[in-house]
This record gives sequence, structure tokens and C-alpha cells, in this order.
Amino acid sequence: MATRDASDFDFEGAAAFEEQAQRERVAGLGPWRVALRRLRRNRVALAFLVIFILLVAAALAAPIWENVAGRGPLANNLSGKVTLDGEEANVVSLDGIPIGPTWQSEYLMGADSNGRDIMVRLLYGGRSSLLIGLSAALLTTLLSIALGTLAGFFRGVVDAMIRFTLDVIWAFPVILLGVALGTALSLGGLQVGPVEISGDSKLIPILIIGFVYIPYMARPIRGQVLSMREKEFVEAARAQGMGPLRTIVSEILPNLSSTIVVFFPIMVANAILLEAALSFLGAGVRPPEPSWGNMIDSGVDRIVTAPHQAIVPGVMLVLTVLSLNVFGDGVRDAFDPRAKVRVDH
Amino acid sequence: MTRERLLDVDELDVSFVTEGGLVHAVDRVSFHLARGEVLAIVGESGSGKSVSVMTLLGLTRAPNARFGGRAFLRRPGGDVDLVGAKDSVLRRIRGNEIAMIFQDPMTSLNPVHRVGDQIVEQILAHEDVLEAEARERAIGLLDRVGVPRARDRIGSYPHEFSGGMRQRVMIAMALSCDPDVLIADEPTTALDVTIQAQILERVRELKEGRNAGVILVTHDLGVVAELADRIAVMYSGRIVETGTLDQVFYDPQHPYTWGLLGSITRLDLPRPERLPAISGAPPSLASRPQGCHFRPRCPHEFEKCPEDPPLEARVDARSEHCDRCWLSPDEKRRKRQVTPNQIGLEAKGAVA
Amino acid sequence: MARFIVRRLIQMVLVMFSVSVLTFLIFNVIPNGDPAVRMAGKQPTETQIQAIREEWGFDEPLHVQYLTTMEKVFTGDLVSYTTQLDVVDQIVQGIPRTLSLAVGAAILWMLFAVALGLYSAMKAGRFADRFLTVLALIGISMPVFWLGALMNYYLGFKAGIFPNGGYVELTEDPIDWAYHLVMPWVALSVLFIGIYSRVLRSNVLDTMNEDYVRTARAKGLSERRILVRHVLRNSLIPIVTLWGLDFGLVVGGGAILTETVFDLEGVGQFAADAIGQLDVPPVLAITMFVAFFVVLLNAIVDILYAVLDPRVRLQ
Repeated sequence: MATRDASDFDFEGAAAFEEQAQRERVAGLGPWRVALRRLRRNRVALAFLVIFILLVAAALAAPIWENVAGRGPLANNLSGKVTLDGEEANVVSLDGIPIGPTWQSEYLMGADSNGRDIMVRLLYGGRSSLLIGLSAALLTTLLSIALGTLAGFFRGVVDAMIRFTLDVIWAFPVILLGVALGTALSLGGLQVGPVEISGDSKLIPILIIGFVYIPYMARPIRGQVLSMREKEFVEAARAQGMGPLRTIVSEILPNLSSTIVVFFPIMVANAILLEAALSFLGAGVRPPEPSWGNMIDSGVDRIVTAPHQAIVPGVMLVLTVLSLNVFGDGVRDAFDPRAKVRVDH
Repeated sequence: MTRERLLDVDELDVSFVTEGGLVHAVDRVSFHLARGEVLAIVGESGSGKSVSVMTLLGLTRAPNARFGGRAFLRRPGGDVDLVGAKDSVLRRIRGNEIAMIFQDPMTSLNPVHRVGDQIVEQILAHEDVLEAEARERAIGLLDRVGVPRARDRIGSYPHEFSGGMRQRVMIAMALSCDPDVLIADEPTTALDVTIQAQILERVRELKEGRNAGVILVTHDLGVVAELADRIAVMYSGRIVETGTLDQVFYDPQHPYTWGLLGSITRLDLPRPERLPAISGAPPSLASRPQGCHFRPRCPHEFEKCPEDPPLEARVDARSEHCDRCWLSPDEKRRKRQVTPNQIGLEAKGAVA
Repeated sequence: MARFIVRRLIQMVLVMFSVSVLTFLIFNVIPNGDPAVRMAGKQPTETQIQAIREEWGFDEPLHVQYLTTMEKVFTGDLVSYTTQLDVVDQIVQGIPRTLSLAVGAAILWMLFAVALGLYSAMKAGRFADRFLTVLALIGISMPVFWLGALMNYYLGFKAGIFPNGGYVELTEDPIDWAYHLVMPWVALSVLFIGIYSRVLRSNVLDTMNEDYVRTARAKGLSERRILVRHVLRNSLIPIVTLWGLDFGLVVGGGAILTETVFDLEGVGQFAADAIGQLDVPPVLAITMFVAFFVVLLNAIVDILYAVLDPRVRLQ
């Protein structure tokens, strides 16, 4: 039969495209709206987002609580007394054992071995931990985007150099690098040109944690940019004469945004945990200034006599990190195109 | 000549429960396959052709799948209804009595196992032989499908082969246990035109050499013309026309078939200015029109069409040539008779 | 394959060199103040400071300082300024303890992660799956030092089920050795089981949808064979390499926290103590040691990946 091969002229492509277009017309939504809709339906994730927001609000309200409790986070009170059920009790007993949670406005969560109000310290510590966690995550995100995009887009020497740098950072296990930097910097502070940062400044843990987690996020971003580079819309942009910077800004970055949105809550959770670990080891926020990590540290030392000192800040920490992780998981689900049955990592 | 029947598919029905509703992928489809013949199932994506044949091997079984109808595998040891068969029964049939090759050879082979191991694995799953013997057979199979230096290549990994070679490996694997039925789901779609011809040769050898039955699922009419003895045209989950190759190609009854055939350019006719295409798109799998599914795109629609047209032999009651169009055979021939530049399917209401 | 290995080894050396430079910069150059004062730890005397200055060559130009420092690290000529003990000796003493902790935890977490991840994947979407996901999320959110401390207190001190910290040599008494390590192993594993079970679950679900699994089924293989030789075999590849990397991280960092809480006196605790005392030489040496270990493990993991996934070898 004198016919030409029909495969070029069948309607496989056209039909499939039409069906897809029709579906999209019906739905009328782009990927962001779809993700947002899915997220809104995920009540568990939303519930934990609310929990996280409440925790942040509580930390911000620390000065208010300070008024209610009647003392600040650094106020020692070794010889003080507090009224419980009409009776007077020592804040710190004669053997040095501090009082446990009173469930009253004064010493709501009990006292620590210096007679300080744990609840007040908890809220102020929350401020530190959250501030450091969020800022560090932000720093990591910005640097990761920059490095990952440059490496993935320009490839060649630029890519090799950036990848090498990431390898070196990655070679230091996170805690050790954080601890090393924390120790080294907290003593004499940091001098960046004319700017001098004191050793006590929160900026130091922020810089350290932000820096340490860069490879964690930069590598996936690099991978994504690498594969995006080969796609048609980038070719089209280049054919239109768009310079590399414009291409990156208008074509690549918007497509990265879903990755970034998915990664961010998890970065914050990790940053908060790292800050706690560093403070626990003495290389983060230093006492007497409170942070959940250093509160757990002193609590663990005295866990035998008064366990609430270690338990209370730990529970706060776990709750905060958990709410971020659950919400982050929900965000990831919302952006996953195959998210029917599965909860992805 | 009556050939021995291998498969009898009777009112096969497959639906999936999804987020977007009930998807009725296969709508009471019936066909049969005999020894030594090639049945081509033709249709576009979404027509249900792949789901139909995959269901024969139980590959569409899932918690959200709903099945109806029966598909009999006829054999001397006792017929088996593939639709309702237990997994253990099906497992013995897969790769053994019914084998299948898939569209994309790149992803259909496990990338971390050697090619030889994957063939041997199949042989050992069904036959009680020593591994050494299975290996020899694998080498022989690769050789017969045209893989050069088979003895060396048997230790290679899939990514070390080209696309065409990989498909030959798949064919070798499928043939390893001497199946009675081979199902080929778009075997050449992912390959170059030049390689296609070679692959099709292999399939032809299978039909002629081993007297097996072949179901060839494709959207490519050129391939059909080369190999098929009989054709079933599927549209929107249903078979809309079926018959021998000559019957369907030279006397197509269903307007959809006209569209398929009309969109082929023919060397013996003047070149058309624009290639004709069927306007519109197939209906969504979840919501179909009442009666004949082709109505929205058919310019010859008339009052009877909202009534479900059964698949019947209208041309000649005794022949196998059946279709699902209410028009009488005479009316069909008239409407089909057009100049080379038209296909009898001009867009509804449009000027030529 | 050999070329691949050689390339990785060269890369290793380069990274190690950079790590050493970075370490040097971190400890001697970046921070403000007098490095000799910093080195001397808490409450140094003036003679101590001067001695340190000479020993480490802080008056010399930077690259000479670097060489001096590296020489001291590599020849083991390092003494802790607080304890006056030889640093290398202490590290060597601590290694078997740290490895006992790390290896035991690593095996434990791998077994549980694979089992739970696989089970989760097979019951995807059902209650068991959701429940395990919740557990995994809680596991990921627990700081290991807090969990360890609580376990030590409640199970060790109060209930007496497990010993209250401390380490027993393997050679002395294997059973007691394991007995003392159960809680540390569990505390350290919880986090990783949480992460890995979910990664495996995700990989398995992806793999089950792959075309080659469909082919395997169409070949008539048994479900068990499909699960093991096709699904698991392919899903585990990324896991195994991740595992190698995290093992390095555990030895380096995670161990610090666990060892401190359970008083195991391994390399990690040694580092933590030195940091608390602001005692630089041990921290310097341990940082280099751990970084080396991690880089070595990275290289091994890359090679392992090439062994497991033949497609990688082309690169």
C-alpha cells in the first residue's frame, strides 16, 4: 500500500494537549493556587502552623509576662520566698533544690537553681532561639539560592569552584563546625573590615548556623537549576536575546520558588535545633542570657534533683520544632504533583 | 481456515475511582485472537487500548480499579478467565503463556541489573532448569533477535545499549518462555523510523515462525498496514470498528476510522494543501456524551445517534466487519466519497 | 572504574587541604584578639602565653604559622593546656568508644528505618502509615541531647533498667558493653530512623511506579522477588549513600552530644570538654581528625554509589 507513515500526522500530540488544556481551563488555576488549595484542606498542617504562630507570639510577649511574673530573666532570687496554697515556701530550698512548677503567675514553670523564673526565661530564651533560627534560615536560603543558581546556570569553572566550596563546608560535620566557629568567635568577636561584632552578639550564631547549612540547600537548588537549564523555556529566552541575569531572574527563580517554599520551614526547624545544640555545648548563646539550649544544659546537670529544669525547655523546643516540621511536611505535600495518597519526604 | 482460538475477550469493562470522579477507561470491549494472526488495536491516547491489554495480564489491578466482563485464555489444560483469576494463577501465565513488551525500552528494563540476568530471571521463574542452561538460552535469544555479539553483551547493562537494541532485548525476554500470546504495546513509538522497521521484522517472524498470536497496540497506521491481519479501532473506551485489514482499510464504516485513514498522506494522490484533521478533542474520560461517543465531532450526526449504537456487522451480517455507526452502509459510502483533499469529515458548519 | 577512584582520591586530598586551611583560619586568624591568649585557655599566666607564642610561631608570617600548626597536628605534638595531657593519646583512647556508639547506632537505625519505611510504603495512605509518619516527625523534632538526658534519668537513674551512663570496654565484658550502650544507641538512632524511614518510604513508592517494576510483574516473577530484587534494590541506592554520609556526621557531631549526656568519654566528649575549657589544641586536632574521617567516608560513599548504580560509572 502506497501510504506514508502516518505517525507524524496522527493526533496523539494534539489530542493529549487539547485534553490537558481543557482540564486546565476547567480548573483555571496555576500550580500555586492548586498547592494553596491543597494546603488549606490539610487541617493537621494548619493546626500546627497555628501552634507555631502562638509560640512566636508568646515569645514576643515575653516582656508582658515579665510584668505578670514580677521579675526579669536574669534576676537571681536565691533567698526569696513564694506563696503556695497560702503557705510560704523557699524559692530555692536550703539544699539548693529549686521549686517546681507552681502553676501560678509567679514561677509558673518553677525556678532554676539561681532562683530565676523559668517561664520568664523560657519566653526570653524563645526570643533568642526563634530569632537566631529564623535569621539563620533566611541567610542560608539567600546564600543557597545565589550559589546554587550560579553553579547550576553557568556550570564549568564557576560550578566546579562552588561545588568544591560546598564540599569543604560539608566536610565539617555541622555541629563541629558550629562549635569550632562558635568557640573561636565568641571569645574575641569577629572583625569584618571596619565592623566589629562582639563575641556576645547574636549575630555570631546566626552567621555560623546560616553558613553551616548552605550545602544542605544549595545542592538541591543547583540540581534543579541544572535540569531547568536544559528545558525549552530557557532556550527560548536565550533565543530572544535575554542576557543571563535577566534569564535567571525572570525564568529560573520563579520556578525555584516552590522548592524554596518547601525547604524553608525545615531549614528553620534545623536551625533552631542546631542553635539549641550549640548553646547546650556552650558555643551558642552564653549564660546568663537564656536560650532553650543552655537552659537544657544547666537543667541536665541538675536533672536528678529537679528535673523540671531540663524537661520544661525541652518540651518547648520539641513543640516548636515539631510544629515547624509538621507544617513543612504539609507544605511539601501541597506542592507534590503526585500527592494523592502519599506523604513525601 | 479456522485457526485455533487463543483469547476470547467478552465485554471487558474497566473503571477507576479517582479524585476527579469515576473514570470509565474500557467500555464493554470484546475481541478475540487466534493462533498465527496479528490483531492490531488502534486508537489515540486515552482511547483505552493500553488499559484493555494490560488488564489481560492483571497489570491494572489496584485498590481503586473496578472490573467487569471476562477474558478467556483458551488452553488445553483448561480455560482461565484472566479478569477474575487469582494472582497466583496469573503469575504463572505472565511471561509464560502471555508475554508483553512495552513502549519505552529505556525505562522498562531495570537499570541496575545486567541484561542477561533479567532474561534468566524470567526463565527460572517459570521453568525448572539450571541457571547455566538458562544463560545459554538467553544468549541464543539475544542472537535470534539480532543483538550482535550476544555472548559478550549478555553481561551488559541496559544503558549500554541503544534504544533499538534495548527493545530487541525486551523482545528476547518476552519470547524466552515461548508464549502463545505476545502483546506489544506501542513497541516502536519511542524509536526511530529506521529502527522501527527492524523491530517489526522481529514481530513478523514471531507470527510466522512460532505460530503465536500477537496483539499489536498502536496509533500508527503505517505499522498496522505492515503487519496486521485484523484491526480493532478504539475510541473513547469502546471498539468502534473491527474487521480484517482489507475490510477496514478499503471499506471503513465508522466516521472516526475515516478520520484516521484520511489523515494519512498518500503517495499516489496529489498533495493536500493542508492535512485534514478531525476537529475537536476526544471526550474526557470521566464524562461522555449520551449514545455514540463520537457525536460532538461527527458532521454526519442525526436523530438516531443519542441512542447507544451496538457493535454490529452492518455491511454483511455474516462477515466479521462490525462497526458502531447507525448510518446504513450505503449512506456511509456516499458520505465517505470525497475528493482527495477532503475526508468526509469537514468541521461541522465550516466552509470547505 | 579505576579512573573514577583515582579522581575521587585526588579530590579528597584537595578537600582535606582546604579543610586544614579553613581550620587554621578559624582558630588563628578570623577571631579577634591574641591567639596565644586564646590558646592558653582560662586564666593563663604571662609566661604560659609567651611560651605558646613561641611554640606556635605567632610572631611569624601567616603561612609559616600555618605550616607550624599543621606540623604540630600531624606529628601529634599537641598538648592540652588545661589537662597537660597529650592530645593524640586522648583521641586514640576515645576512638573505640566513639566508634562503638556510632557503628551500633548506625546499624540499629538502618534496620529500623528500612523495616518501618517499607511497611509504611506498603500501607501507604492507611492508618498505620499516617501513624508511623507522625512518629517519624516527632523523632526528627527531638533534640538528641534532651532525649538522651531524659532517658538516662528516667530509665537509668530512676527505674534502674539501664546503667546510669558510663562505658565498659568491649574486651572486658561484651554483654555489659552492649548493656551500657543500649540507651545511647537508641537516643542517637531516633532522629535518623525518623528521617530515613520517610526517605525510604518515598523512594519505595516512587520505585513501585517505575516501568521496570511493571515489566517484572509482566514477566511473572513472584511478588517477593519483585519487592526485593527490583523495588528494594533500587530504592536502597540513595539510602545507602546517605547512610554513609550521615555516619560520618554522627562520628563527627552527633556523637558529641550523646557522649556528653551519657558520659562515654569518647572523642566527642573530649571535644566538648575542651570547648568548655576554651582549650584550643584538642579542638583543633579533633576538628581535623573528624573532617578527615568525613571526607574519607564521602569518597567511599561515592565509590559505593558507582558500584551499586552502574549508570553512574559513565561520569
